[in-house]
Amino acid sequence: MSAHPSAKRLELRRLGHAFFGRTVLEDIWLTVESGEIVALVGPSGCGKSTLAQIAAGLVEPREGEVIRRYANHAMVFQEPRLLPWVTARDNIGFSLRLAGIPRRQRASRIAEAAALAQFEPDDLGKYPSELSGGMRQRVAIARALAPRPDFIYFDEPFTALDVALKRRMQDLVIAAAQQTQFAALFITHDLMEAVRIAHRIVVLDHAGHGVAGERAIAGAPGTRDDATAFQTVQAMLRHDPAFAHIHDVDERRRA
Amino acid sequence: MAAGAGLLERLGRLGRFVWSAWAGVAALALLAAVWQAGHEAYGDFILPAPLATLRAAAALLTDPVAWQLLWLTTQRALMGFFLAAAAGTLVGIVAGYSPACLRLARPLLTITLGVPPIAWIVLAMIWFGATDATVAVTILIAATPLVFMGAAEGIATRDRTLDAMAQVFGAGAIRRFTHVVARQLAAHLFPALILALGSAFKVAIMAELLANAGGIGSALARSRSLLDIAQALAWVTLAVAALIVVEYGLIRPVRSELERWREALQPWGVKR
Repeated sequence: MSAHPSAKRLELRRLGHAFFGRTVLEDIWLTVESGEIVALVGPSGCGKSTLAQIAAGLVEPREGEVIRRYANHAMVFQEPRLLPWVTARDNIGFSLRLAGIPRRQRASRIAEAAALAQFEPDDLGKYPSELSGGMRQRVAIARALAPRPDFIYFDEPFTALDVALKRRMQDLVIAAAQQTQFAALFITHDLMEAVRIAHRIVVLDHAGHGVAGERAIAGAPGTRDDATAFQTVQAMLRHDPAFAHIHDVDERRRA
Repeated sequence: MAAGAGLLERLGRLGRFVWSAWAGVAALALLAAVWQAGHEAYGDFILPAPLATLRAAAALLTDPVAWQLLWLTTQRALMGFFLAAAAGTLVGIVAGYSPACLRLARPLLTITLGVPPIAWIVLAMIWFGATDATVAVTILIAATPLVFMGAAEGIATRDRTLDAMAQVFGAGAIRRFTHVVARQLAAHLFPALILALGSAFKVAIMAELLANAGGIGSALARSRSLLDIAQALAWVTLAVAALIVVEYGLIRPVRSELERWREALQPWGVKR
């Protein structure tokens, strides 16, 4: 699928941003290669979400540049962000409509995306208000997968879900990534999630001043067993200076 | 098969809509009972009986001239309503997107709403004489602020996270409006439109009465000078009936089509 394995799909060069004069991001350099999933971790309020919004083109950066070498992107947000007035089917089809896929082809593409997100075909006719939180997030994932993007942004997509559901959703993303070979920037503050899903972890500095460290994780996502993943996380937290501030959160100092 | 199921669902919704008319009939029966009590207390001259009023209205409807008067008023009210709806929606959308415009518009709105419609009628009569323009302009001034507020609120309170979502998936400003914002706008706009339609009829009759410009208003003025209370009440009944026909025939069906998804939120059995 990809032209050559080392192609850089996304490049952020010396990125900086400020809200009302307060610097939130400074001197960020980051690349994501073709077919690679990069987890971006950091304590709450360090500017992870802003970084994803800048990379996806929702926010104009104050400094630096974003170079996108992918054909099309999609995004899965923390909240499902479904249109309440249309059914699950039409919510998935929404991204296809915007991508200009002809109406005749949409039904099969919706079915394909729903299957990838393990969404029950019987529930496609339901409105979002009739679905549970996990099912809504599945619809959001299916909506992101439907146009067959080669790059997906995940902005803390599973934070609001319970532990068991979270695991199932992570497995779903891992399986979908293996099947469709998309590259992704996966924002999370959960190290275990990062270790399970990503090829590489990038740690953002706790105040957004550059990248504190970068660690490749041994093995491919989906092949790592739980014991190793747990040990990796423990080792990172105890001995790796890059992860020293990851749980330093004082939400009162962040407006 | 899917089309058949869709048709069946549509028929089911229409059936529920028609069935819900019983609640309306019950409310009207209550009103008639109170009215009848008033009639029995004060006599025929002050308040004719509801049945007598209905008979007078039915008698009016056999007269083609009455139909012409009704049609004239309805036509004027609708013209003013459509003008007000178009102007209010357009300006409201602009103001909803631009907070500066909204801040400028609010005090102007307070002033426009503060001036009683009757004052506008007097001004319009001086400017345009006893013509259709007088009625239309008065409705425009009286009803536009209502529509404007509905439209501006609809835009200003829209879910911006959905805007961002649509933008990520490649929607420009225009497609964001048509695909995502328009539906949220409609939810705020329709109650305002129903209010505006009601005030369009009221203002039309008031303007006709004062300007002696024909229509129901002039008929009412004539009944008053003849002290024919039954006739006057019959005209009021017919005006209300015309409003109900327009509201339930035109605005409510469009609205219920757009608000179908809300039904999914409601438990079984309990439907509006």
